[in-house]
Amino acid sequence: MTSAALVSPRLYGVFAASVLALFAASLVVGAGSGTAALLLPSRLPRSLAALLAGAGLAIAGLVMQTIARNRFVEPSTVGATQSAGLGILAAAVFMPEAPIVLKMAAATLTALAGTALFLGLARRLPPTQPLLLPLFGIVYSSVVGAALTFLAWQADLLQFVEIWMNGEFSGVVRGRYELLFAAALMVALAWWAADRLTVAALGPAVATGLGLDLAATRRLGVVIVAVVSALTVVVVGALPFVGLVVPAMVSRLVGDNLRASLPLVALGGAGLVLAADIAGRLVRYPYEIPVGTILGVVGALVFLWLLWRGQHG
Amino acid sequence: MIVVSNVSHRIGRAPILTDISLTLEKGGVTALIGPNGAGKSTLLSLIARLTPLQAGTITVDGLAVATTPGRTLARRLAVLPQDSAIDARLTVTELVGFGRFPHGAGRLTDADRAIVAASLQRFDLGDLAGRFIDTLSGGQRQRALVAMAHAQATDYLLLDEPLNNLDMQHARALMRTLRELADTERRTVLVVLHDINHAMAHADRVVALKDGRIAADGPPAAVAVPDVLERIFGYAMRVVDVDGDPVVLHHR
Amino acid sequence: MADRTTVSGSDAAGTSATRPVEAVFDRRMALLLLVALALSAAYMTVSLRGNIAFALELRAIRLVALWQVAVAVAVSTVLFQTLTQNRILTPAIMGMDALYLLGQTALVFLLGGLGYAGLDPALKFAAESLIMTTMAATLFAPMLKGRTDMTLMLLTGVVLGILFRSLAALLARLIDPNAFAVVQSVSFADFNTLRRDLVWPALAVTALGTAVAWRARHLLDVAALGRARAVGLGLDWTRTVPALLVLVALLVAVSTALVGPVALLGLIVVAGAERLIGSRRHARLLPAACLVGISILVGGQLVLQHGLGGASALGIVVDFAGGLLFLALLAGGRR
Repeated sequence: MTSAALVSPRLYGVFAASVLALFAASLVVGAGSGTAALLLPSRLPRSLAALLAGAGLAIAGLVMQTIARNRFVEPSTVGATQSAGLGILAAAVFMPEAPIVLKMAAATLTALAGTALFLGLARRLPPTQPLLLPLFGIVYSSVVGAALTFLAWQADLLQFVEIWMNGEFSGVVRGRYELLFAAALMVALAWWAADRLTVAALGPAVATGLGLDLAATRRLGVVIVAVVSALTVVVVGALPFVGLVVPAMVSRLVGDNLRASLPLVALGGAGLVLAADIAGRLVRYPYEIPVGTILGVVGALVFLWLLWRGQHG
Repeated sequence: MIVVSNVSHRIGRAPILTDISLTLEKGGVTALIGPNGAGKSTLLSLIARLTPLQAGTITVDGLAVATTPGRTLARRLAVLPQDSAIDARLTVTELVGFGRFPHGAGRLTDADRAIVAASLQRFDLGDLAGRFIDTLSGGQRQRALVAMAHAQATDYLLLDEPLNNLDMQHARALMRTLRELADTERRTVLVVLHDINHAMAHADRVVALKDGRIAADGPPAAVAVPDVLERIFGYAMRVVDVDGDPVVLHHR
Repeated sequence: MADRTTVSGSDAAGTSATRPVEAVFDRRMALLLLVALALSAAYMTVSLRGNIAFALELRAIRLVALWQVAVAVAVSTVLFQTLTQNRILTPAIMGMDALYLLGQTALVFLLGGLGYAGLDPALKFAAESLIMTTMAATLFAPMLKGRTDMTLMLLTGVVLGILFRSLAALLARLIDPNAFAVVQSVSFADFNTLRRDLVWPALAVTALGTAVAWRARHLLDVAALGRARAVGLGLDWTRTVPALLVLVALLVAVSTALVGPVALLGLIVVAGAERLIGSRRHARLLPAACLVGISILVGGQLVLQHGLGGASALGIVVDFAGGLLFLALLAGGRR
């Protein structure tokens, strides 16, 4: 809101250029490289999907951290991802022929409910221990995940759960990934509400004093988180920790004024997922490693680092 | 004008405030004093609609705080809450800039920027303007938060124990600034204070609460009387006259 | 605050010292034993058909394995909670079973699917246990110094668990598809296809571990008072505690080797046992936790096998129920 001028324009330039370079690399790297026949129907959708999902998830993480006032939460640790899985499972069981948009709607609804339930339960936690919230969130997520596994197993759809819960871009093709452009819409929505979200992060008393409708802002935030989670789970599968890692890094660089940091978070998320996807294609060439697996390792390492830095000093 | 009529409040079953009625005319510094648990902060929070009203009414310039949109109220009344621990990484300038939030939805106008700059200067934050607030000392952060409330440019300024975390020098500076705001900018200041001598030295009016009721109300000279003070705080204390100002020897 | 805990602590110790020591085997314990035995008998006999001798032998081996898992989980959780003075922690929550999984995958990765399959199970088990014990000791050393923030440790453990699982998944992707199938078979809690080849070698470890824990029951009561007080009462903390921690690692290795990760079973078992017998005294808590564990595992297996379609789901149900319990404990602030 105030001085985005504090952030040097060069930083935005560096981020944008990196994402562009990664995007270009993503178009040409991998098995059967370089043929034009592969480029349009497969590589372009794949790279766009990684870009959009990464940006969306990083923003969802940022928004979640802002409304929960806690740096250690993100969609996959507040049950949003797993609840979205419940929605698609329900759609797959009760309306298997439904178009993907309807399944997406079902996933969004359950993600909304799951995230709202988490925030409701989280209010019972003592606010003095900030680490209790992510701990609670991770276990809450695994409980929802266990419910998902059990129901899927009853419905004999277990193999789909594995696909939904572990993101992979190799299956991305035209006709399906376009849904992810809605993630860009959510990024725009977050940008539009950036000042309100930052004020919400100042705490209920200050926010109320400044005349913010805190409840409405929280609702908006939950919608952004739920829609992005549902989108990624439906189209590419869960990508853990993107929403945790990227906002944390950007916060260290430029602080928490969303008006200044939000574009960097979106670019950072896009870059991280593109890079992880490229790495997944190269590590065991010509086979592919799912991007969700790589992000799980990288994300958990960064999570540990975030937890322990500053604990000894 | 702030009008508090027949306000009662309880937390659980414990009565915090009982049938409080109070009128604050525009202008001047009013200090709210009283022992711990007397209900000072609760009363301030109710006026600033940080805590929902349970019984009674409160109006600010005729606007009922319970029903007026938050943003409308935020243009008339700014509040410094007691526990405003902020762990967001914002620079001092950014934080003070959010004081302009109620006045516009988008980017800061030049006029906004001028107001922010004036607030920074008024609270002696020029050197700290670019620093992240999580790198400041408790006292510096407190000053930044007061500056934010100031930048809200409201007629009414409510502060809940603003001298917490401040050393003597900065406590004095803040009280003098509040006095100055009332005198030169015609602001109405309502401040919860623990230090009774700050209240006596800088306020035009002192309202004392005890057990959720108003125990004394009047100019400092009328409250700084041993009998009255003993009634409020429960023990006898001497009041001496130093160059015409009452000084309470509450610590002896 | 500190003063109050001291008073209540010494008070509790005082009363239990002055009043006649409550019997280890009372009516509640008898009831628990009865339930465990009845469920086991039912497990052996319900809808038995075909080659009865063969079926009985198969079920007997499974029953022994289930008992073992129950006992190993119960004892390791009780020990771990006592040593860390915390009722929410279980070794599995701290990532220990994920660590085992990672070790398995690493072995397949290094030796290949065939080499892994060709390993002598007892030898493999010994090697894995050794690795796990070493790593566990490294991970939990700071915790036992008792200076760190418990929530931080819990969260660290949980995230470590995620890290180990993700690493295992990554390694699994790096090995060839055939070997991958081997890894997958060990990475889910599966009570139906438990590892029969390991039942007997593991039995030795379980029996030994349980015996050691039982002998140490009075020592554990003292350790539960906290490091400072335990040392004050003459407990050799620096020697006893690491030894007990090795025991925990071994027992976790047993249960994970037999059925795979059962992350939250220990939490349910110990919290349930404590509630049922109303005591934290180890002479009662240890046997009660074992009996509750047996009842849950054998009973759950029985119900799922003959009722809700199939036994492999028990692990998921345990995860679900245990997760709910964990959330309740967190929100209730019982630490």
